[in-house]
Amino acid sequence: METLLPGLIKASYFLAALLFIVGLKRMSSPRTARTGILWAGVGMLVAVAATFALPGLHNRELMLAAIVLGTAAAWWSGRRVAMTAMPQMVALYNGMGGGAAAAIGLAELIAAAAWINAHPGQCAFAAAPAATCLAPSATVLAYVGLFIGAVSFAGSLIAFAKLQGWMDRRFVFSGQRALNGVILLAALALGAWTLTADFGSGLQVSLLAIVVFAALALALGLLMTLPIGGADMPVVISLYNAFTGLAVAFEGYVLQNEAMIIAGMVVGAAGTLLTQLMARAMNRSLGNVLFGSFGAAGGAAQAIAGAQKPIEAADAAVMMAYAERVVIVPGYGMAVAQAQHKVWEFAQALIARGVKVRFAIHPVAGRMPGHMNVLLAEAGVPYDLIADMDDINPEFPTTDVVLVIGANDVVNPVARTDPSSPIYGMPILDVATAKNVIVVKRGKGTGFAGIENALFYADNARMLYGDGQAAVASLIAELKAMDG
Amino acid sequence: MIDGFLALYIFMLAAFTGYEIIARVPVILHTPLMSGSNFVHGIVVVGAMVALGHAQTPLEQVIGFVGVLLGAGNAAGGYVVTERMLDMFKASKKKEGG
Repeated sequence: METLLPGLIKASYFLAALLFIVGLKRMSSPRTARTGILWAGVGMLVAVAATFALPGLHNRELMLAAIVLGTAAAWWSGRRVAMTAMPQMVALYNGMGGGAAAAIGLAELIAAAAWINAHPGQCAFAAAPAATCLAPSATVLAYVGLFIGAVSFAGSLIAFAKLQGWMDRRFVFSGQRALNGVILLAALALGAWTLTADFGSGLQVSLLAIVVFAALALALGLLMTLPIGGADMPVVISLYNAFTGLAVAFEGYVLQNEAMIIAGMVVGAAGTLLTQLMARAMNRSLGNVLFGSFGAAGGAAQAIAGAQKPIEAADAAVMMAYAERVVIVPGYGMAVAQAQHKVWEFAQALIARGVKVRFAIHPVAGRMPGHMNVLLAEAGVPYDLIADMDDINPEFPTTDVVLVIGANDVVNPVARTDPSSPIYGMPILDVATAKNVIVVKRGKGTGFAGIENALFYADNARMLYGDGQAAVASLIAELKAMDG
Repeated sequence: MIDGFLALYIFMLAAFTGYEIIARVPVILHTPLMSGSNFVHGIVVVGAMVALGHAQTPLEQVIGFVGVLLGAGNAAGGYVVTERMLDMFKASKKKEGG
């Protein structure tokens, strides 16, 4: 048994890594996606069970208590939360993972420091280091993982707070970038200094320096995320997701745990690519998201002539009932109003009258790519009625009515026409080229980017003011009255 | 021991695997996949368990305990949220099939 057990544990980690990769692969196709998470879940259970069996570990009661507590709290909150709140929940759980990776780095570095300080010189780089010493490469990666994990932890929690609406304002002050730079440099210097103590002969490693190093990383994550506007949050969450993956991989190397290395690295790479795809969909470079000052250039934007022209629900309903083609463009406003079920009910009523109805989804509609698709799927809208931006844009000129529900910046024509606009160059749904546009909107305010929308003033656009859910409900009622 | 270049090879191959998995994914699955990958790095709970298992001083125990707590939250929360998202794809499929 004593000789068999380590092999069994290694085999379990191998199985877990395999199941994670197969699970993720299955999640990348709509047909197999649902079983993908099951496979990955089994992998996780196998890995956790194997770790319990690891010989020589102490504090097993504490382990069990922490697992039960953490699992119960997260399970409960994850079950309870509304589908519209999913993006911030991903941010929250991702932050927890980053925090866990940072905790591993902190614990291992503190333990290593205690050993070095008790045995001066034995881990020196020049001498043949004792077997109990943390290898130099592992020590470096422990610091790097601690740093990245702590940035991801603090940053994700800020992202969560912002999306949850606990923190509305962007927090900007002059010299912010310089301060971030100073913090980064200070952390690098401190890390390098403790490393020389780790490997120098006879030097004492300062525990305080390690803790300050972690605190600097936390401060950087906080300050990096505070000035970023809500519209850029999905990109940031995805970036921190990749960060956590990398931190997990590095701490996995420190602990010589294959499952952590592979799973962490796969997520690190996948998350980086996903972040790029998202940033590209918004026509923003990653550097721009992190360091740009979004909205600051808004003052120079061209003034928009004309007035918003309101329309009554009855007129809007007639317009669509006798149209040949109707395209519905949902945005975050629809998600907030929980109107997706009503919208689908309305679409079905139109389809029953012989109208060709499709849904057009901008790559960053909602708060995350695909978020809107998930919400429409929840309401029961079949895939084949949902079109991507590239597929639907050529069809707008032949579309009779476009119904825009709670979308704003992603249909704003200034992204094409006004080079001084902060969203200039962002690919948009070209709804302004349709014969008629009806915009369901709560009030006259601007979108998340804080930019006036030229579409609302266009000659072919009509505004249907009201809460998304109520407005669509009245459209349905008007349709029914017509049949009467 | 996984050391030096062997580790580099593992890092490299795993990175390509992650890249390839995401490279050809339809946009509608981006959010579920982000959530799914968020669950997968919940494997950090295993490392936190080891760190807690090594802990000897009260300080290390506290750090390890917090690590396991956070890691378990990452794994459990990531699983629930991903499963709920993907469940919706099932619901719409059923309707399509009649």
